[in-house]
Amino acid sequence: MKNTIISLKDITVSYDGEQVLGGFNLKIHDGEFVTLLGPSGCGKTTALRTIAGFIKPDAGDVFFYDKNITSLPPHKREVNTIFQKYALFPHLNVYNNIAFGMRLKGCSEKKIKETVHRMLAMVDMTGYAHRGIGQLSGGQQQRVAIARALANEPKVLLLDEPLGALDLKLRKDMQAELKKIQQQTGITFVFVTHDQEEALSMSDTVVVMDKGMIQQIGTPTDIYNEPENAFVADFIGESNILDGVMLEDYSVKFAGHIFHCLDGGFGSNTPVDVVIRPEDIKVVEPESSLITGEVTAVTFKGVHYEIIVDVAGFKWMIQSTECRETGDRIGLSLTPNDIHVMAKSEYSGTFGDYSTFSDEMGEDKNASSEALAEEEGSADEI
Amino acid sequence: MKSDSKFLSAPYTVWMTVFIVLPMLLVGYFAFTDKSGSFTLENILSVGQYSNVFLRSIWLGAVATVVSLGLGYPLAYIIAKMNARRQNVMVMLVMLPMWMNFLLRTYAWMTLLEDNGLINSFLGALGLPRIHMINTAGAVVLGMVYNYIPYMVLPLYSVLTKIDKSVIEAAQDLGANSREVFLKVVVPMSMPGVISGVTMVFVPAVSTFIISKMLGGGGNLLIGDLIDMQFLGSAYNPNLGSAVSLVLMVIILICMGIMNQFDDGEAAGGGMLL
Repeated sequence: MKNTIISLKDITVSYDGEQVLGGFNLKIHDGEFVTLLGPSGCGKTTALRTIAGFIKPDAGDVFFYDKNITSLPPHKREVNTIFQKYALFPHLNVYNNIAFGMRLKGCSEKKIKETVHRMLAMVDMTGYAHRGIGQLSGGQQQRVAIARALANEPKVLLLDEPLGALDLKLRKDMQAELKKIQQQTGITFVFVTHDQEEALSMSDTVVVMDKGMIQQIGTPTDIYNEPENAFVADFIGESNILDGVMLEDYSVKFAGHIFHCLDGGFGSNTPVDVVIRPEDIKVVEPESSLITGEVTAVTFKGVHYEIIVDVAGFKWMIQSTECRETGDRIGLSLTPNDIHVMAKSEYSGTFGDYSTFSDEMGEDKNASSEALAEEEGSADEI
Repeated sequence: MKSDSKFLSAPYTVWMTVFIVLPMLLVGYFAFTDKSGSFTLENILSVGQYSNVFLRSIWLGAVATVVSLGLGYPLAYIIAKMNARRQNVMVMLVMLPMWMNFLLRTYAWMTLLEDNGLINSFLGALGLPRIHMINTAGAVVLGMVYNYIPYMVLPLYSVLTKIDKSVIEAAQDLGANSREVFLKVVVPMSMPGVISGVTMVFVPAVSTFIISKMLGGGGNLLIGDLIDMQFLGSAYNPNLGSAVSLVLMVIILICMGIMNQFDDGEAAGGGMLL
């Protein structure tokens, strides 16, 4: 196991009497790419700002290796931040922005020059040294911000939704680039985002947060395949979440039938949440399946069709490359591997049914779904 | 669309022509003519004999500007750091004296500073020696600072509130302590406010006449007084008055040009000096 570089112990932070983080504990290992993932207001930025030193927690301690740095001001911490809005110095050009930290440390101009050019090369901005900040695009400003932070040779780089303001294409490029930089430099990255796809594709470890608490910590595959509760299952990707009863180990009953599964250890006759990912469900003929239902909406998504199926009042989402018509009766086939069982939590029953979702889809004009067009006539006139 | 906007600007265009361009042309005309209306350079050349008045005006104006900056910057900085509600109250307090008549405010200072004024009476009552304050250069500077300091504080305040908090945090994050944050980020980023504040204090301070008349006595003649005397005073000579005005305008233009040059240099590559 690698060394723990940052640890947060029982951190509590409140703004105006409202608790944002409550008894928050987190260990970050040296050289890791950790992502704090959650909806807005979940406390992920607060956790990051606590590490940077901009927020002094009401209670709890922050450790850098074994040193307690809770009361150390930001300028004395060996961490650097990349801000959501880049926060470059508008009165300085690119060169002087990157040199800012080194000048404060009193490095020689020769070393500064060498480092600035190395950093500019790393972020692919060679030749931009003497540009003004106002002359740069958003993506270029972001690269300068990265170069400025890395020039300071931090032990930990904190990134506060740094790609939020960029368009999709640029964001994908920057994701790859950030990951590459992280691997090259070996610096610990703590990345904050609300974009689950970004979190899954970049991180070594994902920390899923909600309401100021950690819901799950794990590798991207763990988080996706083995979510611990309905919140995580719903937040990371699409999920059908059903009420079920664990009859005994490896046997679970839901949607009126008993299925063989790979989970155990819940005891017998325990109520549970059952997660089935839309892409795991196979569409078959209704005669050859236990679960059958009527297609209520179909949306073409490029890679696949998104099919909403009404199974005895519960609406499932299926992602399939096969197209089905609205009104078709289809069967849903599952293998034990497709079924993931979770213990009941405070989030049970709040996520995972696509009933409301299918109404929203009425807005998406779909030529093939005549039944839907009749139902949602007014919306379709647009 | 275009003709519409032209039409809308017509009243101001007329106003500008009648009350700004025409008077300027008249000033130019008077400056280069003598009493009989024939062309002469004599007026302009005789301005040279008042160089001491020009120097005193510029000197006192500069001192007043520096004092205003020295007092106004910290005030603007403190206001900008307050919460929004307090900021509004403080800005109103800064502007409050401007709601009172300019003459009245200056008269008020006269009664305070006189040899038998409030301050000296108070000192006398305490058994302390009286201080001669009225009719000194110091009193003129005081009057200038008191009257013009809001014009320094307001532009500074508006620039300082616009500095993004995350930029300050970025500087801290990169290792700057609070003194370094102030000197390397806050001050350079507030330069546009400093420039406009300095301009807005220096220009009226240099050309004022009422302040020096009321607080400076006869001994602290400023350009404004000189011009005043040529038009309304004993030494009636509008031609010389116009020449002095013209020279003053040129001097102020040069000063502003230098200031703006300084501002541009700061924005483009000033950081290289750090």
